Amino acid sequence: MNLDFSQITPYIPFMLEGIWVTLKFVFVALLFGFLLGTILALFKIGTNKPLNWFAIAYTSIFRGTPLILQLMIFYFAIPQLTGYDISPFLSAILAFGLNSAAYISEIIRAGIQAVDKGQTEAAMALGVPYKQMMKDIILPQAFKNILPALMNEVITLTKESALVSTISVLDLMRRAQVVGADLYRSFEPLLFVGFIYWLMVFVLSTIGRLIERRLKVSDQS
Amino acid sequence: MIKVENLTKKFGRNEVLCGISTEIGKGEVVSIIGPSGSGKSTFLRCINVLEKPTSGQIIIEGHDLTNSKTPIHKMRQQIGMVFQHFHLFPHLTVLENLTYAPMKAKGIKKNVAEEQARHLLDKVGLTDKEQAYPSSLSGGQKQRVAIARALAMEPELMLFDEPTSALDPEMVKEVLDVMKDLAKSGMTMVVVTHEMGFAREVADRILFLDHGILLEEGTPDAFFSKPKTARAKEFLEKIL
Repeated sequence: MNLDFSQITPYIPFMLEGIWVTLKFVFVALLFGFLLGTILALFKIGTNKPLNWFAIAYTSIFRGTPLILQLMIFYFAIPQLTGYDISPFLSAILAFGLNSAAYISEIIRAGIQAVDKGQTEAAMALGVPYKQMMKDIILPQAFKNILPALMNEVITLTKESALVSTISVLDLMRRAQVVGADLYRSFEPLLFVGFIYWLMVFVLSTIGRLIERRLKVSDQS
Repeated sequence: MIKVENLTKKFGRNEVLCGISTEIGKGEVVSIIGPSGSGKSTFLRCINVLEKPTSGQIIIEGHDLTNSKTPIHKMRQQIGMVFQHFHLFPHLTVLENLTYAPMKAKGIKKNVAEEQARHLLDKVGLTDKEQAYPSSLSGGQKQRVAIARALAMEPELMLFDEPTSALDPEMVKEVLDVMKDLAKSGMTMVVVTHEMGFAREVADRILFLDHGILLEEGTPDAFFSKPKTARAKEFLEKIL
């Protein structure tokens, strides 16, 4: 045992900067995944056959192959195919966003289908058009049901984001490796960023719990 | 006002409605009664096309609702519906439940919609509940809110699908009273019900359905005192 955390002290600001890289990337990927996932979920529950089929095939492909493979395809294969020199950040957002859209679409689909059918009927009977009904009546209720599952997805994405270190995005994970290589000591920087990851997830889960509690207002008698 | 012609509805191979024809005039209160599984609710749900008829026609004020070119949500705005299980929007307050559809579907301004909603809440005796969420209301209160919500669209016609069947016995009266007031005000109403007292007292006409067939049609007096068919006699003996 020769743990010596004092050695990584000068590198701490460098590693902490990785938090923003990770957070920025997770946030954009998640937003992208959430929007696309919602659209895919609506395709899945709709009656338009080609859109149905598209959404199901999409989910099958993105859930059925490793995320790291998708990441590699976006970063290494796309330039080969198109000649476009894609940045690591952009390919990471594409891969993670498209991938989590597949998972999120399933979460949202289940959430929509769990909303009582009577809600749809009541809105239809009032003459509310389909789009309005989805936006104001069904999705808000579905969202409340799926919040825990969605939170899970956010947490998974935050941790899986460490995969982008493989395509040289300077996120938390990559920075730990850089410091490790510099010092010839791996344990301290890895443990340090491990703690940071845990802290980020802890904060995220707390935020999730707070939102859940807020949305429960209408349940109270 | 409503003309139903040779209406049929099949769920798979199961024929729930076998060719029903009738007419309902403006201001008329019609009660649909019959044993469970007779197709009463399906018939009612066909009137605003919550169930798509297999064949036949539903004509409301000259518009054929079975025609795919008829703008169905515009038509539904004129047809209020009250469900057995209320189906209030749980994430909206009572007031928002009432103002939502007028604002979003008819484009009425918020303050106008709220004023009208308060007037309706007063009518159903729930002025003090406008900021409450549905989960905090009793069954009877929920159903009165549901009636007010349907009325907020200023419909020409109101459909009631067993509005008191999910209520505790002591709450049935408060809902029926609201419905009686509504009938007195001249609203056209079609009511699927097991409340024979209500049917007898308030309805202008009774439709008796059995196995998807309109077996009998007549005034409450005629129907309850001398039913024409053996099936209706048997049904009345069981429930009265």
